Amino acid sequence: MSECIAGRAKAPNALTITDKEFFYGHKACAGCGGSVAVRLIMKVLGERTFTVVPAGCISAVGFMYPQLCFTNNALISTFAGTASMMSGIAAGAKALGLKDFQVLGIAGDGGTADIGLQALSGAIDRRDKVIFVCYDNEAYMNTGIQKSGLTPLGAKTTTTPAGRNIRGSRTRKKNMFEIVAANGIDYAATASVGYIPDFLNKINKAKFVDGTSYIHVFAPCPTGWGTPTYCTIDLGKDVVDCGLWYLAEYENGEFVLNKNPKEFTSVKDYLSRQGRFRHLKDEDIEQIIRDRDRKWEIIRKSWKTKKN
Amino acid sequence: MNRPSITKYKTPVHISEYPVGPCYQAGHLVTENAGWRTEKPILDKEKCTGCFYCYLCCPEGVIFKLDGKIEIDYSFCKGCGICARVCKSEAIVMIREAKDGADGC
Ligand SMILES: Cc1ncc(C[n+]2csc(CCOP(=O)(O)OP(=O)(O)O)c2C)c(N)n1
Ligand code: SF4
Ligand code: SF4
Ligand code: SF4
Ligand SMILES: [Mg+2]
Repeated sequence: MSECIAGRAKAPNALTITDKEFFYGHKACAGCGGSVAVRLIMKVLGERTFTVVPAGCISAVGFMYPQLCFTNNALISTFAGTASMMSGIAAGAKALGLKDFQVLGIAGDGGTADIGLQALSGAIDRRDKVIFVCYDNEAYMNTGIQKSGLTPLGAKTTTTPAGRNIRGSRTRKKNMFEIVAANGIDYAATASVGYIPDFLNKINKAKFVDGTSYIHVFAPCPTGWGTPTYCTIDLGKDVVDCGLWYLAEYENGEFVLNKNPKEFTSVKDYLSRQGRFRHLKDEDIEQIIRDRDRKWEIIRKSWKTKKN
Repeated sequence: MNRPSITKYKTPVHISEYPVGPCYQAGHLVTENAGWRTEKPILDKEKCTGCFYCYLCCPEGVIFKLDGKIEIDYSFCKGCGICARVCKSEAIVMIREAKDGADGC
């Protein structure tokens, strides 16, 4: 693995980030966490970015013909083909001799962890210089809230309803962050719209990586989660503070934890604010807490800790 | 404002004026989003410290900086209330908006 040149330039903050907007006038639901993520990614990467968006909310709300809410070069890919299209664009741009550009993919959790996984694995294998971002709203939202490989245990979706015997999703979230790491990726990170400076820093790092980058950003969805539209940023913070999501990086073959909460906030409070978890019984919540504790035990034992 | 502005939609009168092909010009906006709102964010300039956190958090990018404070592009604000919620100085309040937009946005 080559020496990672991440972090070469300082990440922008609220004062220094460009005033330009690259994702504007879109038709996402009010309070959409995915839109917060996309807007910020574009502001860090800038206009010279080729953006590939597969089927999912962001393509549906951004490309409403003849309206085009991206102000840079953006196109819709097949659902499964985000990363292969990114690889093709990177190769094409190189053949044309283009300089100073980025190739970005923005896929949902379904488009990443399920149907887009093999193309992503191929790009990582070739070490194509592209940035793949997964905005994780924990279900297939655009088609009406179906369970994906990133839907957490207990969440109610239209394909994992909450009944008397089965209470929501019976499967747990796939570990995408460690899956891409196991592929030998150059740079991977987890983030959340509840921790924006950390997120901006990670996008900025990805810009300078000589190889493939993957950023997994937690992006609450008021429509699919049954939460008030104003809660999106709060929930993005809560999920990290209660330990059900973590902020980490994988770089130069090492896992680094960026935030190690001394004490977790209440998992129950996080869950009970959301319609999709309202049916859970105390024993279900206890199971979710046990899962969390097991994961954190491993993280704390084997990952380094370093503030981003 | 450093963002695309609305292009007035002209109803084609002849077949040759209809757009063809699957692609379109980047940043081509033909409709606003103001009509989605039931509540509207109102800024108290005195209270605003110019920290610009709301500007980072807005899903629509309709908050912009002006003279160390913020302004809102009401044509595209959907009234989600995130800005009011995240502002530590409580400089933004959400007010109920008349259905016909009569309070003049
Ligand atoms: C091959 C294929 N299968 C199914 C679909 C239908 N489809 C379009 S968007 C979507 C859901 C996408 O979910 P996700 O990737 O999580 O993004 P989100 O909508 O949640 O933003 C599905 C199933 C499709 N467009 N193509
Ligand atoms: S369904 Fe969820 S992810 Fe999709 S546009 Fe609405 S809020 Fe955003
Ligand atoms: S968050 Fe509040 S104080 Fe900060 S810029 Fe926005 S309105 Fe002003
Ligand atoms: S109400 Fe929502 S869309 Fe409107 S300015 Fe505030 S954060 Fe942006
Ligand atoms: Mg999704």
